[in-house]
Amino acid sequence: MKGVLRLAYRLLVNDKAKFAALLVGITFATFLMMFVTSMFAGILNHASSTVINIGASMWVMDPAVQTIANSIGMPDYVLDAVRSMEGVKYAVPLYSGGALVKLPDGMYQSVTVVGLDDTSLFGRPQLFEGKIEDIYAENGFIVVRDSEYSKLENPRLGSEFELNDHRGVIVGIAGAATSGLFGIPTLYTTYERAIQYIPNPRYTISYVLVEPKSEGDIAKIKQQVAALGYNALTKGEFMGKISDFYVFQTGVGTNILIMTVISFIVGLSISAQTFYTFILENLERFGALKAIGTKNRELVGMILFQAGFTALTGYGLGVGLCTILIVLAKLRLPSYAAMVMYTNLLLAFVMVLIITGISSYVGVRRVLRIEPFDIFRG
Amino acid sequence: MWEYDGFCASSRSISSEDEMPNVAISAKGLNRWFGEGEAKTTALRDVNLEAEFGEMVYIVGPSGSGKTTLLSVLSGILKPNSGTVSVEGIDIWSLDADRLADFRLNKIGFVFQDFHLFPRLNTAENVAIPLILRKKDWEESILEAAKYLDIVGLKGRADLPPVKLSGGEQQRVAIARAMIGQPDILIMDEPTASLDGDTGQSILKFVHENILNAKRCIVVVTHDSRIYEYASRILKMEDGRLTGTEARPA
Repeated sequence: MKGVLRLAYRLLVNDKAKFAALLVGITFATFLMMFVTSMFAGILNHASSTVINIGASMWVMDPAVQTIANSIGMPDYVLDAVRSMEGVKYAVPLYSGGALVKLPDGMYQSVTVVGLDDTSLFGRPQLFEGKIEDIYAENGFIVVRDSEYSKLENPRLGSEFELNDHRGVIVGIAGAATSGLFGIPTLYTTYERAIQYIPNPRYTISYVLVEPKSEGDIAKIKQQVAALGYNALTKGEFMGKISDFYVFQTGVGTNILIMTVISFIVGLSISAQTFYTFILENLERFGALKAIGTKNRELVGMILFQAGFTALTGYGLGVGLCTILIVLAKLRLPSYAAMVMYTNLLLAFVMVLIITGISSYVGVRRVLRIEPFDIFRG
Repeated sequence: MWEYDGFCASSRSISSEDEMPNVAISAKGLNRWFGEGEAKTTALRDVNLEAEFGEMVYIVGPSGSGKTTLLSVLSGILKPNSGTVSVEGIDIWSLDADRLADFRLNKIGFVFQDFHLFPRLNTAENVAIPLILRKKDWEESILEAAKYLDIVGLKGRADLPPVKLSGGEQQRVAIARAMIGQPDILIMDEPTASLDGDTGQSILKFVHENILNAKRCIVVVTHDSRIYEYASRILKMEDGRLTGTEARPA
């Protein structure tokens, strides 16, 4: 079979125009599918940025919460109750809310304010500049230096601003693993200062962050929190819930699905048509091979090899192209919401396999039907 | 007695020259029709034929007389509706599809009317195809093909694509491809149809002088009376029947 496959390879790559057209088809389809799904993965990842950056193992919240940004305040007793639950190592409150910052030039800018537990500062960001204890200083805030940082006019240590008529001072500049989805800067402060500066409803705890004593305690904690009328989710579950919201409630998922299907159809039509033309052009020669003594399974092997080789090469090129584009975009826009994940790679690969399968099926059918007698008849 | 040896690549397995059966092809009572009812066309009607080793048998006749159908039936490409074809004593139509493919690969060399060379392969690769199909090493096959190109007078053309060759040269490549597996039987379908008169003559002369030997049988279907001089026997075909023999030009 080795020689026959080499023959198939030579027949394929020596027809440069057709081979190029086939590669373009598969590469383009892979690129589009990868790009769209990577963008989607990036959006979902950014949507869960606070969950990722805070890094708590478990989150207790109101059952009606759908995304991290839409927190619903919980009464203080929830924190006390969770702290007293069996299996809980520790539990701290977290405030997460939006506010308007008045900049020195008089302009206003929306920000996300994260209020960390005053005692433990659990979920604090990694500082590039300043000292974490300065967060306790009067009006102290830490700013996250991400792609939205410039919207606050690139504040430095000691820069001042106004937040709901309260004075704020930058005491630290931090980094974040993931920046937010909505393009607004993030400020960290203490929980007490956050609820003092930002107008709030009666209940002020956005989330209770929980560290279980062990993995085995998670189910127990969930049960106890549910008995209180609230939800306890692991980090992964919370991210999944946020993803579900964007996928199923906002139409983003449907649009991405449509785009992926369109990419698949475009790739399929280009590849299948070109491959079919390639087979048609070589049909007489395949018939001659059959007459000479090639078995049907060898011909099928040749066609599958040609289709498989094209698919893998095109897939590699498509993935490479998509990755390069995302890397370049991220150089210009650090918070660019696209990420290549194993799931994207697998999805695109399966799609490409389907394209290849359909393309080669059409070719195989045609080649198996050709009778060597037709070659004699001309 | 010689025995069927599973279509080995080497030519016939013969214990001694004396025991060598001289009948290469024996066809009896061949009938072949296409379509059914009113659309039924009969291409072969009770055809009986024997061809011996060392013979160059021509089958001639007008278009539509059934020559190509007969050639296809004899070479294991088209199954007859009735009748038998024995090649070297083996009833080829009793073989299953895979063994029939092996039979064609190992016992028959084909020269098609339109050559059917692969334009995307170079000349040597085209010639090497039967060896490659026999799972011979690629590089060895190409070296062997170069030798055969040398034999058919195309030395130094191994790397050229067939489209860069003249019609006569392409026909020689097709002959080299048919011969590289050293088949016992060479089937040539209208070998001069795509060539000018002189080239056709020279090709058949080459085949007659260099390819035909006592251990090989060549069956040629042709319209071209200018090449009759190379025939051992000329069988006339008309309306699906072998109607007799035609005199070979002196």
